[in-house]
Order: sequence, then C-alpha cells, then structure tokens
Amino acid sequence: MIYTGKAHKVGEHIDTDAIIPAPFLVSTDPLELGKNCMAGLTPGWVKRVKAGDIIVAGENFGCGSSREHAPLAILGAGIPVVVAASFARIFYRNGFNMGLTLLEVGDQVARIKDGDELSVDTGRGVIKNLTSGEEIVCQPVPHSMQAILDAGGLVNYVKARLAAPEARA
Amino acid sequence: MGHTLAEKIIARHTDEAVTGPGQIVRCKVSLVLANDITAPLAAKSFRAMGAKKVFDTARVALIMDHFTPNKDVASAEQVRGVREFAREFGIEKYVEGGDCGVEHALLPEKGWVGPGDVVVGADSHTCTYGALGAFATGMGSTDIAAAMALGETWFKVPPTIRVEITGTLAPFVGAKDLILMTIARTGVAGATYKALEFGGPVVEGLSVEGRMTMANMAIEAGGKAGLFAADAKTLAYCAAAGRSGDELIAPDEGAAYEEILRIDVTGKSPVVACPHLPDNVRPVEEMADVVIHQSVIGSCTNGRIEDLREAAAVLKGRKAAPDVRLIVLPATPAIWRAAMHEGLFDIFLDAGAVVGPPTCGPCLGGHMGILAKGERAVATTNRNFKGRMGHLESEVYLASPAVAAASAVTGRITHPKDL
Repeated sequence: MIYTGKAHKVGEHIDTDAIIPAPFLVSTDPLELGKNCMAGLTPGWVKRVKAGDIIVAGENFGCGSSREHAPLAILGAGIPVVVAASFARIFYRNGFNMGLTLLEVGDQVARIKDGDELSVDTGRGVIKNLTSGEEIVCQPVPHSMQAILDAGGLVNYVKARLAAPEARA
Repeated sequence: MGHTLAEKIIARHTDEAVTGPGQIVRCKVSLVLANDITAPLAAKSFRAMGAKKVFDTARVALIMDHFTPNKDVASAEQVRGVREFAREFGIEKYVEGGDCGVEHALLPEKGWVGPGDVVVGADSHTCTYGALGAFATGMGSTDIAAAMALGETWFKVPPTIRVEITGTLAPFVGAKDLILMTIARTGVAGATYKALEFGGPVVEGLSVEGRMTMANMAIEAGGKAGLFAADAKTLAYCAAAGRSGDELIAPDEGAAYEEILRIDVTGKSPVVACPHLPDNVRPVEEMADVVIHQSVIGSCTNGRIEDLREAAAVLKGRKAAPDVRLIVLPATPAIWRAAMHEGLFDIFLDAGAVVGPPTCGPCLGGHMGILAKGERAVATTNRNFKGRMGHLESEVYLASPAVAAASAVTGRITHPKDL
C-alpha cells in the first residue's frame, strides 16, 4: 500500500490523553472523535489536517491509557498512517486492530520536517520525502499485522475466524 | 534454563512450548475486563464480529467505574449500553452503582484474579494484578472483544527486566516511592514490550496492597506487565478474598533476564513525579516551593485502605490549608466501609476533606475534582500528562498518600516529617 500526504510532526511521548482527551471519550464514533484529534496537544490541531495526511512522531507515540479511541480519532481525522521513532505497546496493537498503519523508523524520523510531502510504501518499508528528495528505509509492516490490516481490522479478522468451520465460538 | 515469572505464567495457559522472549503464542485467558469507557467499543466490536456468545459468562468483568456515578447524559448512555450488552450475553460480573469500585482495587478484593492467572483488560492499569502473581496486561477494546469471543489472545513473550530492591526504607517512604524511583531509572519507555519483575528484601517486606501500587504503574515505564512472586502473603490475601486452591509461584533460579536493575533505598526520601511525565521524579524536599490547589487521595494506584490509613495518620488533628481542596475517594465500597468504621472519615472531615464515592473520576480529568487553568494538584494517582486532570495549563504532581496529605496541610509540596 502506498500513501501520499503531508507530514504533521509531533514530539516524543505523545500520550493518548493528548491524542484524545478523556472528556471526549463519551463517543465511539471515529468521525466524532476525529474532530478532537490531538486536542490534548493543541486545541484545534485537527484543522490543519487534510484527508490522507500523515502524523510523524518521536519516541513512544501513543503511551498511556489503552483507549482505542486514540487510533479511531486519528483515522476519523482522515489520517491513515503514523510514522514514529517508536510506538507504545498497547497503541501499536490498537492501531493495526483498527486499520491504522504504523511504521517505526527510529532516529530517521529527524529526516522528516513538518509540512514535508511524503510517499509511504508500507509493504516495502520505504518512505520517500518528496520535499527533500531523501529516502528512508525501515522495517515493512510485519506479516501478522498486515493480515489484520488486509482483513480490514481485527473485527473482520475475528469474524472470518468465527465463521470458519473449525470455529470455537 | 530457568524461566522468568512471565514465561512461567504464560506457559500454563498455552499448548505451545514457551522457549523465550519474542515468541508469539496463543494463550487462554482467565478473565477479560473492560470498563465504562472501553466496554462500549468492545461491545460494538463484539457484535460486529458476529459473535453469538462470550467464551465464559463467569470470566468477563465489566466494571462501570470511570465516569460514574454517571457524570452526564453521554456517559449515562454508555453505561446503559454496557448494561444491556451484559444482560443480553448473560455476563455475570457486570458491576455498577453501590457494588462498584475502581476496577483494579475491586477485582483483587472480590477474589476474581489470583496467582498464575492470565488477565487481559481494556484498561492500561490491568497490570495491577501482577502484584498477585498474575500475568495481566492492558489492551484495546477490540482485542478485548476478540478475547471475550474466543477465550484466548496472542502475546509476544516479553523479555524481563528484574528490579531488585534492597536497603532500609526511611519513614514515609513506601510502595509509591519505590515504583516512581523505578520509573525514574527506566524512563517512561524503558520497559516498552517488556515485563518488569520485582524482587528483593524490600519487595518481600511489602504488603500485597503495596505491591499492587507498584505493579499498577508498570505501564508508566511502558511495561507490558509488572510481576511479583506469589508468596505466603499473597496466598493469605487471596484466601481472605474468598479464593481457594491458589499456589505459590516464583521465577526459576537462573531465569534469563534482559537486565537486572538494582535499587538501594537506604537514605532515600519520598519522591514526587513532576509534570508532565511520570519519570520526571525528584526528592520531595526539592519541590517545597510548589504551591498546590488540590490534593487527591484515591485511584487504582493508592485508593486502598492502607493508603487511606497512611493519609489519615498524617492528617490526624490537622487541617488542610484554606486554599487547598482535599479530595478523598476510597476505591471500593468495602474500603469505604472499613474507612468509615475505623474512624478515618472523622479525621478527613475534620481536616476539611471532601470524601467522595469510589470512582476513577479526577485521575483522568473525568469529574469530581477537575483543575482550572494554572492550578496544581498533588495526587496519589498514576499519570501527570499535560491536561490529565483538567485544563491543558494545569499540573499534576504524583506522590504517595502521606506526601499528598502533608501537602494538603501546608498548601505546598511537603515532606510529612516537616509538619
């Protein structure tokens, strides 16, 4: 899968309270949550985002609570991919489960500036910085995670498993 | 080769041979948990999966503790939705109202979790049950929905950081300080994807409640689990909670640890985690100039009876400073009742405290103690992220019940010995 969009840079240790503050957790609707994506970082942050844009973050993106509302808010804001130096564990599972693609790039994240246009090839693990002309190579999305993404998220993945003849439920 | 606690517990719940860190295993779960914020999404995913029943109606716990007593119409609607889901699928451990307490205090108290269990919860502080020798970890709602349907989940077997704590604890230094000191050493991402395994004489000397305070905040180091051996104290705690058949569990001699972190507590002061990350830890004396407006004593970290006793011992015969709102939230109905019978409420009320119901409330900026712009709180809770307890320009300092109580009295962050 190749995604092309503008990079919106955020810092290190962006926690889930920053991604979607608790007062907004009275909804499970991605579009509703998306209206307040990153409101705990900068109120109104989402106004700068166009559908297809990409979040580029530092270390430990998504730390803190287990709220799945965080990847939902990002998807609801129209952002299909997050590139980060590294991700917090629960967020990493949640992202793929919800159908949000996550790529870890380590220190190379410094080679992307806010506002750069990116082309992200998730299958090959290549990020082209169309603004600077640089290319970042990283681990592609792991196969087990790609299987969940291909199914359209964990819901459909389990649905298929439950419907299979050897299903245990 | 010996195995870590994480490996030993996971091995009990999978058909695969557990070889070591990095291996992905399918694992049966002992209990699946969600709360009033995460269960609505889990229910939505569960239905969307086409699941017709939960794997075991006695092994799913839905605890309505975060925005309860319902703070507004939207939160009331969420709880109603979860109640209907619980009834439709015959879920026995659905808890709200006067039976309800903060999930991670309630489940151990009810005897619903114990040594050797694998527990997954749609709440990051599910790691609390590691204090009992359970492999317990937080996940998102849809992972939890899958576990509700299948009775199993997948894990990557984590590498383990062994934390060995030695030395002599000074007065007013306890479990909260120990875990904050640990997080200061690892950093907030230092244990990402890893298990923390706590041991050493200081840890063995802690009560089970103190161990829960520590295991609870393993996630604040990025940890997947925070584990303790189940010893005689654990078994006594579990028996008192009405469980039977629990067994001792300990890591093997010669277990392979990724790292051994040694902390000597001799001569250490109580500590405070300053805004806006839990690893921003300083000795309490260094923070004496910080003026506070609110002190919160409660939460899944420090809302148990021992915590309330610790706060009451400091507050006895004293009053909170006039400009400080002191809020005490016992974490469960049983803790509430015990505090009432022990006379702790008289001490709190005489000190000018508000004693509220069991709820997560202010910890996550939900309700029952929200901060205005520019306000500062000292809290016995677990996160001090920007805006966590209210306005984006408010601040939270994490500390023990004794320090939170002493700070309420002076209106500044205070070492209890200085009162």
